[in-house]
Amino acid sequence: MLERAIKGTHGYWGWLIFLLALMGLGLGCYLYQFFEGLKITGMSRDVSWGLYIGQLTYFVGVAASGVMVVLPCYLHDYKAFGRITVLGEFLAVASIIMCLLFVFVDLGNPVRIMNVILYPSLKSILFWDMIVLNVYMLLNIIIGWNVLAAERKGVHYRQWIKVLIYISIPWAFSIHTVTAFLYAGIPGRHYWLTAIMAARFLSSAFCAGPALLILLCLIVRKVTKFDPGKEQIGTLAIIVTYAMILNVFFFMLEVFTAFYSQIPGHMHPIVFLFKGLQGHGNFVPWMWTAAVFAILSLVLLIVPATRRNEGTLTVACIILIIATWIDKGLGLIVGGFTPTPFHTVTEYWPTTPEMLITIGIWATGFFVLTILYKIAVSVKEEVAA
Amino acid sequence: MGVDRREFLKIAGYAALFGLGGKAAIDILAPGELEASMQGIPLTQGKRWSMVIDMRKCLKQQEAGKDGCKECMIACHREHNVPDWGNPKHAIKWIWQDKYEHVFPEHPNQFIDEGVRHKPFILLCNHCLNPPCVRVCPTQATFKRESDGIVAMDMHRCIGCRFCMAACPYGSRSFNWGDPRKAPKELNPDYPTNRAYPERSMGVVEKCNFCVELVAKGELPACVQACDKIKVHALNFGDLDAPESNVRKLLREHYTIRRKPALGTEPNLFYII
Repeated sequence: MLERAIKGTHGYWGWLIFLLALMGLGLGCYLYQFFEGLKITGMSRDVSWGLYIGQLTYFVGVAASGVMVVLPCYLHDYKAFGRITVLGEFLAVASIIMCLLFVFVDLGNPVRIMNVILYPSLKSILFWDMIVLNVYMLLNIIIGWNVLAAERKGVHYRQWIKVLIYISIPWAFSIHTVTAFLYAGIPGRHYWLTAIMAARFLSSAFCAGPALLILLCLIVRKVTKFDPGKEQIGTLAIIVTYAMILNVFFFMLEVFTAFYSQIPGHMHPIVFLFKGLQGHGNFVPWMWTAAVFAILSLVLLIVPATRRNEGTLTVACIILIIATWIDKGLGLIVGGFTPTPFHTVTEYWPTTPEMLITIGIWATGFFVLTILYKIAVSVKEEVAA
Repeated sequence: MGVDRREFLKIAGYAALFGLGGKAAIDILAPGELEASMQGIPLTQGKRWSMVIDMRKCLKQQEAGKDGCKECMIACHREHNVPDWGNPKHAIKWIWQDKYEHVFPEHPNQFIDEGVRHKPFILLCNHCLNPPCVRVCPTQATFKRESDGIVAMDMHRCIGCRFCMAACPYGSRSFNWGDPRKAPKELNPDYPTNRAYPERSMGVVEKCNFCVELVAKGELPACVQACDKIKVHALNFGDLDAPESNVRKLLREHYTIRRKPALGTEPNLFYII
């Protein structure tokens, strides 16, 4: 099936070359970071994680959200999603590849990465995150590939694939739960030390991921002969709506606990993010953008007319992705590190090389995604023809 | 109270000259002086190393000098090749000072007495009994020594994921954001300052190691030696597991506080205010 990836239009090749150029730029910046150290980033001893780990967190969510098409299809026998499960699974694969790359570029000593396996530490959540992410990626590659191959031959996929599919469903929940545990079990970081973290992560994942999938479905429909389907997009939109309502609700729960209890440690990170603290407020415009976009997207999603209209649905999905990305890919990390253990504020903002490395990894993810989607869509076009 | 190693050797030398030996000799030549430090010794046999910092003595010394007192920090950073980056965002801190409000942020008190308000306190790794940094490390590069409780760091195994920095509620861990050898030359003219101590590569985390390398030789940590040398004796290193040790005696006799005790990390550093 792989050969389908090397037969494409000028537009396809142009897009891949564009992504390759961004990947090259990112790689160049990474080499600079590799030789000079992480001092070329905006991170510091006080804000010791930044954009990279934020992206890891965000894309683990996107990966996990593949389950939002797999679960209705295989557990509830919702046949319409059978048409797009492979799109969800391949999106998960591309996302996990981004996650692993984001962890890699964040390491101070990447050449020692195998130490995680050579000296396994069962008490470290990072060790378990490595396990669940890699297994989830393998599951999705195997499942997506085999189901697609069976579809091409016009046969039913094998029974053992079904077993893997059932395993992959709780596994998707596990990857984002374990990723939340990276944060939620750390004493002294008030913004993270909350039992609702995993639930918040899952809810934001299950709105942001399917929102991205809706956009991808619309693009696939536009540039190929394969139509993921109006019903499918409509159902995804309902999933996005409920998940986003939960996501905003869970955040409001955090706000209530912090501000009704009036415990300074609980309030300070939220005050820093939305109002500024000790004269530092570089995230305030971002967080308010996220808040406004979140509310706007909810309005567009809840009102049936705008949810069913693909034009307004597209707008809703785009601003929802921006809102959740600011919340999880940016604010979550910096909020956890602010204020510092000394109740001071150290500002963080990614540097240009840091952003270019990040863009390079996004480009890598989209490169993988494009190739996988190209294969999947080509097979589907052939089957239809 | 307490004598440093050099003083001890000097006294022992005189004692030998006079044909005296052991504790008796010291009692005659420097009565009472040795008591406190001796009880922590032999240094190689502690079960739970800890430190009691007498901030009254420390602050008195800091206020005596024009520029305060930085002896412990200078000694530590020389001993362990800690470079000065000249940039607080990239600072590597083993032992450092910060004002009271920053050291004990969970004790806010608008009307606190002038004796401590904004006063520079001494900070170093707490060598917690229940260290979160050790729990989160994915490679066991940071570990708690079962024999003596020191939270140590293998800078040659660390992958630089910085999970420990997120986990430490005391800001006691530092990362090599750049190559230590590339730290500004004008700030570090004679770097590396101690060729006997391993240098690290960039991209690894490091921290106070309670001078395991000195303790193994039966010597006190460099900061304690430096403090004893100027006869301030504010830093008291000893075994918390030995009921008659210098630190246990100080804890019995003084009211002490620890940083963020509510987090359950059980710091092994105590402050006499």
